[in-house]
Amino acid sequence: MDFLDTPAEAAFRDEVRTWLADHLVGEFAELGGGGGPSDETAWELRVEWEKLLGRDRWVGLDWPEEYGGRNASFAEQIIFSEEYAKADAPTRVSFFGEGLFAPTLLAYGTEEQKRRFLPKIQAAEELWCQGYSEPNAGSDLSNVQTRALLDGDQWVVNGQKVWTTLAHRAQWCFAVVRTDPDAPAHKGLSYVLVPMHQTGVSVRPLKQMTGTAEFNEVFFDDARTDKANVVGEVNDGWKVAMATLGFERGTAFLAQQIAFQREVSDLIDVAHKNGATDEAAIRQELADAYVGVQIMKYNGLRMLTKLVKTGVLGPESSIGKLYWSSWHRRLGEIAMHVLGTDGLLVEGEPGGDYALNELERTFMVSRSETIYAGASEIQRNIIGERVLGLPREPRA
Amino acid sequence: MNFAFSEEQEQLREAVRRFMEAKSPSSEVRRLMETTEGYDEAVWKQMAQELGLQSLHIPEAHGGQGFTFVELGIVLEEMGRVLLCAPYFSTVVLAADAIMNAGTDAQQGELLPGIASGETIAALAFTEPNGRWDASGITMEASGSGDSYQLSGTKMFVIDGHTANTIITVARLSGTSGEDGISFFAVDGDASGLTRTPLATMDQTRKQARLDFSDVAARPLGEPGAGWAALSKTLDQAAVGLSNEMVGGAQKVLEMAVDYAKVRVQFGRPIGSFQAIKHKCADMLLEVESAKSAAYYAAWAAAEDNEELPVVASLAKAYCSDAYFHAAAENIQIHGGIGFTWEHDAHLYFKRAKSSEILLGDATYHRELLAQRIGI
Repeated sequence: MDFLDTPAEAAFRDEVRTWLADHLVGEFAELGGGGGPSDETAWELRVEWEKLLGRDRWVGLDWPEEYGGRNASFAEQIIFSEEYAKADAPTRVSFFGEGLFAPTLLAYGTEEQKRRFLPKIQAAEELWCQGYSEPNAGSDLSNVQTRALLDGDQWVVNGQKVWTTLAHRAQWCFAVVRTDPDAPAHKGLSYVLVPMHQTGVSVRPLKQMTGTAEFNEVFFDDARTDKANVVGEVNDGWKVAMATLGFERGTAFLAQQIAFQREVSDLIDVAHKNGATDEAAIRQELADAYVGVQIMKYNGLRMLTKLVKTGVLGPESSIGKLYWSSWHRRLGEIAMHVLGTDGLLVEGEPGGDYALNELERTFMVSRSETIYAGASEIQRNIIGERVLGLPREPRA
Repeated sequence: MNFAFSEEQEQLREAVRRFMEAKSPSSEVRRLMETTEGYDEAVWKQMAQELGLQSLHIPEAHGGQGFTFVELGIVLEEMGRVLLCAPYFSTVVLAADAIMNAGTDAQQGELLPGIASGETIAALAFTEPNGRWDASGITMEASGSGDSYQLSGTKMFVIDGHTANTIITVARLSGTSGEDGISFFAVDGDASGLTRTPLATMDQTRKQARLDFSDVAARPLGEPGAGWAALSKTLDQAAVGLSNEMVGGAQKVLEMAVDYAKVRVQFGRPIGSFQAIKHKCADMLLEVESAKSAAYYAAWAAAEDNEELPVVASLAKAYCSDAYFHAAAENIQIHGGIGFTWEHDAHLYFKRAKSSEILLGDATYHRELLAQRIGI
């Protein structure tokens, strides 16, 4: 057990710190952290920032050097995330590309696919979205109905995806589609990469309870993509799709967890300023929020240590997903307690746009977090069945 | 960065688990909890002589093995798992740490070897009938000078206070208040003027006593009046130790609940196939694993003796108290009627969870302490 930096790790930390101090200046510094992977605030400027990060190889830290990465260890990735959060650097725009698609591609993609897609992710020239959920395939993801049929050397895709975060910002979509309609639910699915900017793809925004529209419906109407744009074997996409979900529930949220620590200290600051810290009940809740975020960090470190040793994360990643989403939802509720009557009002003018302040936004956005990437109920099923070995529920 | 036990530490855990499973089965726990002493002398000696458990984290210079709080945490976790009935927490965690924090090197040399060898059972008497866990709860006054002091007053909820040979007693110099004037004293268990009364405890697996002092002769440990820092640190270390012990019990009740949910059939299916039960178990696992993360991290901070200790001690005590109690309560619910019987062990863990939650300050107390410690 050791939580201190090795000399090499200390040197890496120093390098990160120095780079951030040199580059996080001017309008980039004014952006600040906050928000989550779906936050759209100051998008263009954050894309510029991402390009700067990519130029100096801070995107794809853990990728092998041959694909432009630094082959960074988990410890180094954590160090980067810690320093990034401490510096209050802008929320990243590449969660779906760098965080979800890239590790999936590294695990299952062909050499050609890696060389084609990874550099564009690093350069922030291509952003990605995740085409999983459909109107009739939510928790029951294997029920996807979107189809892809081969027409010569191209796939022709037809169907509808929903809750597709930042689809309107993305150049590409990694989608789970049915390529063998006669096979049972989990079979006959493929993990297909579809270019978003074509006539066969239309994106319709979904206005959420926050008043903003980061989610979308995506319609594929004879959308086309090259035959080679399938990750893993055709009809074996379920495995690949689950790997992505594993990253989404596990390692991809490490950076997010560290940003959560900042949210707690920001909330404590607000409570100090408005006098909420004088109330015993609020003090209990703030302390509890602090306990929760610290334990999230300790849980993450234990999980990573295991990952380094065994190479697999497994269904335990569901514990992490269930934990952080429940904790963050509770933080949003505590934030509203801290706000008190200030929580009755939003920003802006009557009759104008519905504009939430940061704490209200956490309160609202966190309601989606216990639903996406596998609802909490699904995570509890996975934990119960695959970690604790409880019997499966009989299925109709 | 490495958040895992070493191979040697895992071996220690295995050895302690084998010993505890052999020496502290449910039948022994039930036998000992009915006694006033609450422990088995032969097992206590074996713990010292065969496994060296009492000497684990005592410095080598004072007859110990010089291991750290991480190893101590492992041992406590395994003891909590089987509800071991023994004066280990009182002697090795509370009293020995108090001696190490408050005593001079000479005093440590005098008191620690007996603890390390298993000959001495020691207790820390600091709580009083007011039931407070902070400095202001200590009202017992000490009078005297040099090596000779007299103590008068009452200590309550003293874990194993009736069986200890040495009572490390916390009092205050007369005319002081709050954190000023706090002093440690060593008192013999059979000192004249000391009346020891065993208490009927809700959790029968951990014994407590009331100690009435009437002009009891006491030797100071360290400098009289300057003991608050040592007491505060002792309480932090004890909170970490108790958190690790609680984690062992919490893991055990989780296993009991899951095992039962797999075999108990209702409506033609194992009840664990119903989401109502499955989801309870999943939540228990999440909390138990999180409690482990907190307790292990806190043990590391205690081993390092770093500046994080006060914060993580309160953090761990707050979280582990809630997690253990919740798991122990859900275990009863999942077992249904059988879980409510005296015959089933579920109530033993439920009661241990509650007493551990209250001892050293409950979750509410520690969240407030934490709030103060992180500047809320």
